[in-house]
Amino acid sequence: MKIVVCIKRTPDTETKIRLGGDGVSIDPDGVKFIISPYDEFAIEAGLQLKEASGDGEVILLSMGGDGTQETLRQGLAMGADRAILLKGEAGLDGLVTAKALAAELKEMDASLILFGMKGADMDQQQVGPMTATLLGLPCATAASGFELVGETLTCRRGVEGGAEILEMDLPAVVTITKGKFEPRYASLKGIMAAKRKPLEEKDAQGGESRLIVQDLSYPPERPAGRVVGEGPDAAPELVRLLREEAKAL
Amino acid sequence: MGDVLAIVEQREGKIRGVSSEVVSVAARLAQGLGGAAHAILVGGSGVSAGATEMGRFGAEKILVTEDDALRDYHPQGYAQVVTDAVREGGYGAVVFAATAQGKDLAPRVAALLDVPLASDVTDFRVEDGGIVAVRPIFSGKAFASLTFSASPAMLSIRPNVFQAQESAAGGGVEAFNPEGLDPSAWTVRVGEFQPSGGGSKDVAEASMVVTGGRGMKGPENWGLLEELRDALGEDAALGASRAVIDAGWRPHSEQVGQTGKTVAPKLYFALGISGAIQHLAGMRTSQTIVAVNKDRDAPIFQVADYGIVGDLFEVLPRITEEVRKLKAGD
Repeated sequence: MKIVVCIKRTPDTETKIRLGGDGVSIDPDGVKFIISPYDEFAIEAGLQLKEASGDGEVILLSMGGDGTQETLRQGLAMGADRAILLKGEAGLDGLVTAKALAAELKEMDASLILFGMKGADMDQQQVGPMTATLLGLPCATAASGFELVGETLTCRRGVEGGAEILEMDLPAVVTITKGKFEPRYASLKGIMAAKRKPLEEKDAQGGESRLIVQDLSYPPERPAGRVVGEGPDAAPELVRLLREEAKAL
Repeated sequence: MGDVLAIVEQREGKIRGVSSEVVSVAARLAQGLGGAAHAILVGGSGVSAGATEMGRFGAEKILVTEDDALRDYHPQGYAQVVTDAVREGGYGAVVFAATAQGKDLAPRVAALLDVPLASDVTDFRVEDGGIVAVRPIFSGKAFASLTFSASPAMLSIRPNVFQAQESAAGGGVEAFNPEGLDPSAWTVRVGEFQPSGGGSKDVAEASMVVTGGRGMKGPENWGLLEELRDALGEDAALGASRAVIDAGWRPHSEQVGQTGKTVAPKLYFALGISGAIQHLAGMRTSQTIVAVNKDRDAPIFQVADYGIVGDLFEVLPRITEEVRKLKAGD
């Protein structure tokens, strides 16, 4: 079976974010980039499925700018077979990214298309279900796990206060969150092999962004807090402050 | 084009609390755009019973689609109904809740309408007749102000951030029955909803959150956190840091932070949490933050409004006891 995993290059979650001088972008200087952590769950899911079925192919697909090749190589080192880079900016308008991915996916005839639940940069959680909708494919979002029996996929998705179970036939789209698929580390052998795996580059066909960034800003500073006291004897004063000053209780 | 549609959310026929926030935001937007706020509620037969309640928050008209095939959330069915309603009403803006359901539904509707979507919005204003939506990026390490160059403007709002505001609109209920609703064409089959045990509120929706970190030393000590949660009442939920989830002490649904949930409760307790940058990103928009940690230099104290330095296992039971006393006196 052909499995396509859509991934994104994002800053490491430990990175401090500095705004660029133009006021509408992030200063990339000194930022370490990684595969968005949710996308690693999706890659792992794809690899496990391929291993379980005994044959098939895992293809990585990403829309991004220069440097994304490096991110795709990291995914290839985990075990994916080949990669396609759609060159363009995957910005805040997720529909642009979804259109670019859908245009490529239309030609690929995949049985299963996997995404991370969201990019760890923009946190919009929209490109997966948008892509599925554009392709007219069934889709489960934020699945913590799934099972494939024959051609039928059963997904479990956590929601407030419980879980929804969704069932669909392939071809289908699933966005993955933390749960069943703990990503593997790339082995040295995998890293060496990744250098020789095919990585195709083409221009993204997603159109213009219609969500316009006016400005970026830092979060408002929280006013300096205070240490109420030390040890358990500070508890009564804390609770009094929560009631009378913060009006939080 | 100045009318605004609010998407009301129900589960098991009961309208969810966040919907009053969504309708209130729609009413404020409509006021700025010079139009009216409407709401739409989708569910099984009988769901309309609770719909008029949304009028209290400023909806001048409440559309209700009642169909037993739509009793539980169905991604394709709900997307079709909402898309049809937006098309027919010619709305200038559409507001969803950024809940599990809203985050699934809004992108589908946006794709069907071919318009962009601003997810998880935490602030907005109307400027020169257009909407400026403000939303966190990098889990709150920065904020982006966005404008829309397509109509309708689609946004989902973060729960707990906006006040539900009563207003006098008080509109009536109107049946909305889109043509061509054909459940046999839906390619997703939705199974029975599986409620989680305990009945506790979800961490992303609770107005009070009690979060434990590695300083709790092990899952066997979570009873102490549960006692504080219970003392705070039914609006309180448990959270956990990433270290706790990675150690397998608690389920991922409780994780607060950049690879978990972003929360904005009225009151947040960070207990035995040092305050890694990813964790701070997920909770820094909380209204009041309390931290207890034995290390006075822990970064969590830089964002906490109130801190206690000390042994968690001594301090926490005393806080619970004091909260109980306070509640007993109410």
